[in-house]
Parts: sequence; structure tokens; C-alpha cells
Amino acid sequence: MAWMAWTLPTAAFFGTIALLLVIFTVLAIKYPETPRLGLLRFETTRGDRLFITLLGSGFINLIWLATMGAPLWGALALCLVYAVAVFRWV
Amino acid sequence: MDKTQNNKAWFLVLPVLVLVAFSAVLPLMTVVNYSVQDTFGNNEFFWAGLDWFDEMLHSDRMWDALGKQALFSAIILAIEVPLGIFVALNMPKRGFWASFCLVVMALPLLIPFNVVGTIWQIFGRVDIGLLGHTLAALGIDYNYTSDALDAWATLIVMDVWHWTSLVALLAYAGLQSIPEAYYQAAKIDQASRWAVFRYIELPKMQGVLLIAVLLRFMDSFMIYTEPFVVTGGGPGNATTFLSIDLVKMAIGQFDLGPAAAFSLMYFLVILLISWVFYTVMTNLDKAEGK
Repeated sequence: MAWMAWTLPTAAFFGTIALLLVIFTVLAIKYPETPRLGLLRFETTRGDRLFITLLGSGFINLIWLATMGAPLWGALALCLVYAVAVFRWV
Repeated sequence: MDKTQNNKAWFLVLPVLVLVAFSAVLPLMTVVNYSVQDTFGNNEFFWAGLDWFDEMLHSDRMWDALGKQALFSAIILAIEVPLGIFVALNMPKRGFWASFCLVVMALPLLIPFNVVGTIWQIFGRVDIGLLGHTLAALGIDYNYTSDALDAWATLIVMDVWHWTSLVALLAYAGLQSIPEAYYQAAKIDQASRWAVFRYIELPKMQGVLLIAVLLRFMDSFMIYTEPFVVTGGGPGNATTFLSIDLVKMAIGQFDLGPAAAFSLMYFLVILLISWVFYTVMTNLDKAEGK
């Protein structure tokens, strides 16, 4: 795996995403759900909302970095607020 | 109509998933790893944190290249989609000529990208190319190697030549699926040609057209081979699209970190737009099913 040039932070990043995917798969099997109509006026499942959260978080971090600069702790906090909002209303 | 849902079907896509993991997911993870490090070769890496992202977010060169890429996509979509629909509407519906048209239309799609580039590179040359020579003979000052506008025009015409067929074939498939009864009803109502197109043909083509736009957008937004072969990004930087600039940066200058950082932003933009298209398409499907 040396060719992949792993670092601890990037490993933690992918580990978190993998963990989220596992958790949501287990949740989907244990507690199947019906899609619901949210704020964006189209049906979303839990998986869709996770995707919207992760994709949006990517942009939130980039915009934060472009405007406020590093570190990104503020952006992370904003992402958590965004995640809660997505899971609650989308 | 409800589609059958069976989660066991996922096992059938497992081989593809493994293949994609090797060809896309692992390389993508490597790009993420590169984006936070610096290297001078020898597989030695030094932690750079967010520096490359910061640098790239404020890099005029890369935003300029991204802008060119977006402009290229916008122009070719604005030409290829209406033109494709127009061609599809005028293709024979059945018989020998329908098959003949389909085969002719499919031909450009079968030519490998670098060959398309080579064809147009020679075709447009003023000294030996048919197009370039003819234009010169007509007194038009055309030279794609020295004039930015000519280079852009050549690339756009090349892409339209290469890919309008795809839009036309998809639109044609959409048109073929419209039952004859719709046209008969329109005739009884004495609907105009425009009304038939606007209220029967266009809505029925909506689904395939969205796929056509999505495919053409993604392909043109990542276009690399053809402009690289035809203009090499020139004259100057006039046709240096983001894909070309990123390769220059990563392989030419061996700046893997910054190139990886901007690639990831590029990836996020493509992912966002593809997701929007996908959501619109699936919701259209559902709306039609109701």
C-alpha cells in the first residue's frame, strides 16, 4: 500500500466515511424506512440524506477555506449543524 | 408502474463493484492522499495539510481553466441538444432509410477519441487539410494554431461532429416510443407542427434528453484527448481546459499535490451536477409512473 501514500488524517477521513456507510447499511436492514418528502420537494431516504450531507460538507469546507482560511474547525461545526438540518428537514 | 425492488440484485453488480474499486475508488483515495502532501519523487511524501487547497482556491490559472471548461460545455450543449433533436425529428421513421440513417449516425461515435483529434488536426490544417485549405481558398483567414477564436471554433465543430449523433440517436429512440394514437389525436385537434412538438414529442423525449444532456455534460466537462491532440491547449493557453492543465501540472511539472487538490474540487463539482441530474431523472420516472 506504500504507493497510495497514506497518512493518518486521510486514513481517519476514509475510515469515518466507511464507518458511516456500515452504520447506515445496518440501520437500513434493521429499521427499513419509507422515503419521505422534505424541504427540497423530492423523496429522500436516509442514504440520500447522508449523501447530501457529505457532498454539502465538502463544499462548506472549501468555501470556509477560501473565505476564512485554515483551520477548519468552524467549518466542521457548521457541517454538523448542516447535517442535523438535512436529516431533520430534507 | 412500480418497479420491482429486490435487494438481492445487488449481488449481481458485485463484480463491477470490485472492478470499479480497483480502477476508480483506490486511485481516487490516492488522489486524496496526494492532495495533503508534497513529493519530490522516490515515493517520499511530506505533510502539507491544507496548503494545496488554499493555494488552488486562490489560483487564477486554475479558475481560468475551469471557466474555459465550463464555457466549452455550455457552448456544445447549446448546439448539440437542439441540433440532435432537429436531426432526430427529420430522420425517416421506418424502412431502409431509417436503418441507413442510424448506421451513418452511429459512425462518428465508434471512432476513438485520439483518432477524432488526429482527423481534425489534419482536416483543419491550411497546407494539407481539406477544411483549412478550402477556407483559405475562400479568402477566410483561418488558422487554428495561431488564432484563439479559430482554435475554439475548430474544437467546438469537432465535438459537434463527434457527439451530436448521440443526442440524435437518444432523441430518435424517444420519438419512436410515442404511440401513433397521439399523432392521430393531434391531427383531429388540428394541432400545429409546433404544438405537436411542444406538447407531445418534447414531453415524451424528456427522459432520454436528460440522459443525453447528462452524458454530454460529463464528457465535455472532462474532455481531454481531442483538444490535446488538435491544439495541445494552444495557441498560448487559449484552449487549455482544466483537464489539460491538471495533467500538465501533475505530470509535466510533477506538482502532484496542487493538481490532486484541484482534481478533488473538480470531482466535487461533477458529483454535484451529476447528482442533480440523477435526482431530476428519478423523480421524473416516479412522476410518470403515477
